[in-house]
Amino acid sequence: MSETFNIEIVNPEKSFLKKENVSEVVVPAFEGELGILKDHISIISFLKPGIIKIFSGAEEERFYIDDGIVEFKDNSLSILTSSIFDIKNLDKNHISNSISEAEKELSSNEIDDQKRFLLNHKVEVLKSLSLN
Amino acid sequence: MASLDELKKRISSVKSTQKITKAMKMVAAAKLRRAQESAEKGRPYSDKMNNIILNLSNNITDIENSPRLLAGTGESKVYLCVVMTSDRGLCGGFNTNIIKKAKSYFQKITSEGKTLKIITVGSKGYDQLKRVYKNNIIEKISFKESKNANYFDADKVGKIIINKFEKKEFDVCTIFYNQFKNVITQIPQEQQIIPLKSSKRVEENSAQDNYEFEPEEDEILNNLLPKNISTQIFKAMLENSASEQGSRMSAMDNATRNAGEMVDRLTIEYNRSRQAAITKELIEIISGAESL
Repeated sequence: MSETFNIEIVNPEKSFLKKENVSEVVVPAFEGELGILKDHISIISFLKPGIIKIFSGAEEERFYIDDGIVEFKDNSLSILTSSIFDIKNLDKNHISNSISEAEKELSSNEIDDQKRFLLNHKVEVLKSLSLN
Repeated sequence: MASLDELKKRISSVKSTQKITKAMKMVAAAKLRRAQESAEKGRPYSDKMNNIILNLSNNITDIENSPRLLAGTGESKVYLCVVMTSDRGLCGGFNTNIIKKAKSYFQKITSEGKTLKIITVGSKGYDQLKRVYKNNIIEKISFKESKNANYFDADKVGKIIINKFEKKEFDVCTIFYNQFKNVITQIPQEQQIIPLKSSKRVEENSAQDNYEFEPEEDEILNNLLPKNISTQIFKAMLENSASEQGSRMSAMDNATRNAGEMVDRLTIEYNRSRQAAITKELIEIISGAESL
C-alpha cells in the first residue's frame, strides 16, 4: 500500500495543479503550519499567506499563496486560492511590489486586527522569500 | 420599380454589410472558444467552494448566531438586484433576455410593496433599464476596458455588494445572468446570493459530516462567505461572456444568411428590370421599323 494521496489546487481561473502521487503536503494554515499525510482526518481550514510545500517522492515543489481554503477528505486534498505562484517563477519585482502594496494597506487605519495580522504575516513571508 | 442604378447600389451595400456580419461571426466564434474554455475551467473552483460552504453550514447548529451573510438580516424589505449584461450590442437577444427576466422579477417585488435597488454590470443593461427604473439604479459598473472576465473585476463587484450589505442597505441580493448551455441556447438565470439559499446537498457528501475545523466553523464561514460572493459573481461573469459570444455568433450567422437571401432577391430584381429595359427598347425599334 503506497503512502500517497491526491492533491488538487484550483484558482478561480482554472485548475492550477493536479497530482496523484503526493506523499506529504505542508500548508500554512491559520493556526500554524499544517502537515498533511495520507489518511489524515477530514479537515477544513483557512490559509494565511505563506508557502505550500508538496512532496512527492524525492521531489519537492513550493508555491506561494496569498490566501485560501484547504479541504481534506477521503485522501484527496483540495486547495482553493485566489492567487498562487510557483516559487521558481516568482520574480523579485513582483515580490517587492506585493510587499509595498501590503505595507501601504497596513498603514491605512481602516483594517481590523485580523487583517492586520494577516498582512503583517504576508510581508514577513514575502521578505524572507526575497532574501533567498 | 427602383431604377437599375439604385438596385446596384443596394446590392453592393447589402454585400458589404454581409462582409461585416461574417467577420463578426468569425471573431465571435474564436472568442467563444476561449470564453467557453475559461467558463469550464472556472467551474471546479465555484463548485468546490459551494461544497465546502454546504458542509460548513450543515455543521452550524446555532442558526441565530451564524453569519448574517448566510442567514440574512431576518427581514426582507429591501431587495438588491445585480443585473449582469454585456458592454457591447449586436448579440441577438442576449441582453434583452436578461432584462426581461429581471423586469418580471422587479415587478413581482414592487407589487409586494418592497423596496427595489438595482446595480447594473455592463453598460447595455443600464441603457435598457434606465428608462423605467432610473430611480432604482444605485450603481452602474462597466468593465469595458478589460478584455476577458477576470477575477479581479468580479472581486470589485463582490466588495461593493458586501459593503452595501454591511451598511444595511439591503436584505436580499439576487444576481441575473445568462447561463451558457450551448451556442444556440442561453438560459437567463436569477440566483439569490444573500442570504445564501441552502440549495440541495450533493448526494456524495451527505454520508460524512465529521470534519475537523481550524479555526472554528463560524470564523471560517465569516472569511469564506464574502469570497463566495465574489466567486459566484465571477462564475456569472464567465457564463455571461461565453453566452454573449455564443449569442453574437448565432445572431451574426443569421444576419449573414439573411443578407445572402437579400442579395439573391435583389439580383433577380436587378436582372429582371435590366431585361425589361432591353425588351422595351427592342419593341420600340421594331415598332419604329414597322411604321416606316
